[in-house]
Amino acid sequence: MIQVFREHRSLRIAGLMGPGAFWLVVFFLIPLLIMAVISFMSRDQFGFPAPPFTLGNYWDVVKDIRFNPSISFVGGLNIRLFDGLYLELFWRSIWLSLVSTIITLLIAFPVALFMSRLPRGYRSLTLFLVMIPFWTNFLVRTYALQFMLRGNGPINTLLRALGLEPIDLLFTPAAVMIGLVYGNLPFMILPLYTSLEKFDWTMIEAANDLGANTLQAFRRVMLPLVSPGLVAGSILTFVPAVGSYITVELMGGGRTNMIGYTIAQQFSASVNWPFGSALSLLMMIIVTIAAVLYFRSGRGEQRTVL
Amino acid sequence: MRDVSKVFGDVVAVDHVSMGIRQKEFFAMLGPSGCGKTTSLRMIAGFERPTSGEIYIDGKAMGHTPPFQRNVNTVFQSYALFPHMTVEQNVSFGLEMKGLSRREIIRRVGEALELVRLPQMAKRYPRQMSGGQQQRVALARALVNRPNVLLLDEPLGALDAKLRKEMQIELKTLQREVGITFIFVTHDQEEALTMSDRIAVFSKGKVLQIGTPLEIYERPTTRFVADFIGETNFLEGRVQEVNGEFASVIVDGGRRFVGRAMDGVRPGIQAVISVRPEKAQLVEQPDSSPNCYEVQVHSIAYVGSDTRVIVMLGENKLDVWEQNTISTLDPNYFFKPGETAWLTFKPENALVLAH
Repeated sequence: MIQVFREHRSLRIAGLMGPGAFWLVVFFLIPLLIMAVISFMSRDQFGFPAPPFTLGNYWDVVKDIRFNPSISFVGGLNIRLFDGLYLELFWRSIWLSLVSTIITLLIAFPVALFMSRLPRGYRSLTLFLVMIPFWTNFLVRTYALQFMLRGNGPINTLLRALGLEPIDLLFTPAAVMIGLVYGNLPFMILPLYTSLEKFDWTMIEAANDLGANTLQAFRRVMLPLVSPGLVAGSILTFVPAVGSYITVELMGGGRTNMIGYTIAQQFSASVNWPFGSALSLLMMIIVTIAAVLYFRSGRGEQRTVL
Repeated sequence: MRDVSKVFGDVVAVDHVSMGIRQKEFFAMLGPSGCGKTTSLRMIAGFERPTSGEIYIDGKAMGHTPPFQRNVNTVFQSYALFPHMTVEQNVSFGLEMKGLSRREIIRRVGEALELVRLPQMAKRYPRQMSGGQQQRVALARALVNRPNVLLLDEPLGALDAKLRKEMQIELKTLQREVGITFIFVTHDQEEALTMSDRIAVFSKGKVLQIGTPLEIYERPTTRFVADFIGETNFLEGRVQEVNGEFASVIVDGGRRFVGRAMDGVRPGIQAVISVRPEKAQLVEQPDSSPNCYEVQVHSIAYVGSDTRVIVMLGENKLDVWEQNTISTLDPNYFFKPGETAWLTFKPENALVLAH
């Protein structure tokens, strides 16, 4: 038996890849296809998918998009070219996710840098600390976070004790942002740490030696060399953020809507599986395009000089 | 370098070192690992700051000048080439940082690659090149900036023996061509002897001796230098008398030897006689030298150019290298273990070292 595997390369590959491929086909690819089919179906009287096949669900997403340029100063400078309920929803989801990814990155980078510079024994300890939150269920942790931000929670109690005005954070976009950053931080720290740990610091000395100051050395040498971790961390943060549901529900209280939350509602409260499927598929396509564009830009960093 | 020290925690890495390195000189800092030579180099580059003392480059005190403002470039032991850049981009990095025009950069990068004989490799990435080629890129990347001083940290350490020999000659030629001061760190004494105009021998954070390869090899002032550079035999004893340039030493066992008196040799002190294996001979009849004694042949090794004989002088083992100046297949031509012979060397070929 083993002899057969040794002799036939294709069999060996099948042996290694088989279980994983089987799992993905049965539990990912087939459900995805089912979802794609449902997204082209109508609803029966109970809201469940039924024939006939239609493009109506997709039309519902785009039908109210209007060309309507406007500038407003609500929540900062706001320039819009198009108008539309779902367009706005998609845009807000991507925008919030993008901002949360950037904030996560800005917090995670110094942490990962610090960790990678520690003596070996301490490194494992800090890695362990970063992973501790995974011991507790995400839902429970989000409830805890909710408690922190409450009107009479610890933060406001502290503010009052200091004689400051309490702030009403819970159920605001800021609360959603805090939740997203909190939840995704380990997913940014870990790949960044992996890249930074492998980073050879004589590269920085070499750059300094050749006349680069600290900022130039960082931008031209360190950043490109740790970009694999940067890209991986950003995607691991951005993609779940776009589709996040628990955070939006518990931290935003449904008031700061994001696409993941709306999709969840289609499958529960609204009982509109076909429309929910269509939204899911559209989101997947958009996120995939965004990720590919990001990968491309990462490669572009290695610009040619001559 | 004037009276420079560097302390890491409670370890004194460099201990009150003063060195004057001349313009356009090929200067080697030689010593075993942990002797302070690399730390000295890093202080000249600006990666470390002296705990005390001052470094002057072109007469200017360096103080806290950061590396990127010093007109000094380094070839790192690991080369430290930027893996995400092509050879061309690596070499142009320093010039870009200086803000030179694109035209000037292209011209100088071309010249530098020409100098290290790699112009056809411009578009390659470091990982696509051999160790020797990477070494040349590292050289080009440093030299393209036309530094006042080029620092080389064990640059040949990672190369195999044959390539190292080639690069030694090439580096030396290159240095003459570009007319830049090279400061070179190595633990390989042969490399230092082959390449340098002058050598500083380091031990335990101190500079023991600075001199030309000839001076360092023929007139070491301390036991450490005599032992570290090349091979030598030591005979422990007490100085009997000092007579002008020469001193006599009574070695344990009562034998009397005469050699050149080096620094600090006074009658009555403990000292060693140092004689290099190639400067001693084995003969069949005693001669007129005051350093001629009967010895027992312990073992011999034929290594082609020489025959290396170990002889016993009482309790002392001594190495004697006889050059094979005659081509013969006759085994009787060589000494054999167990035979007796006369060991002899001239006083001017031996040194009496006090330290």
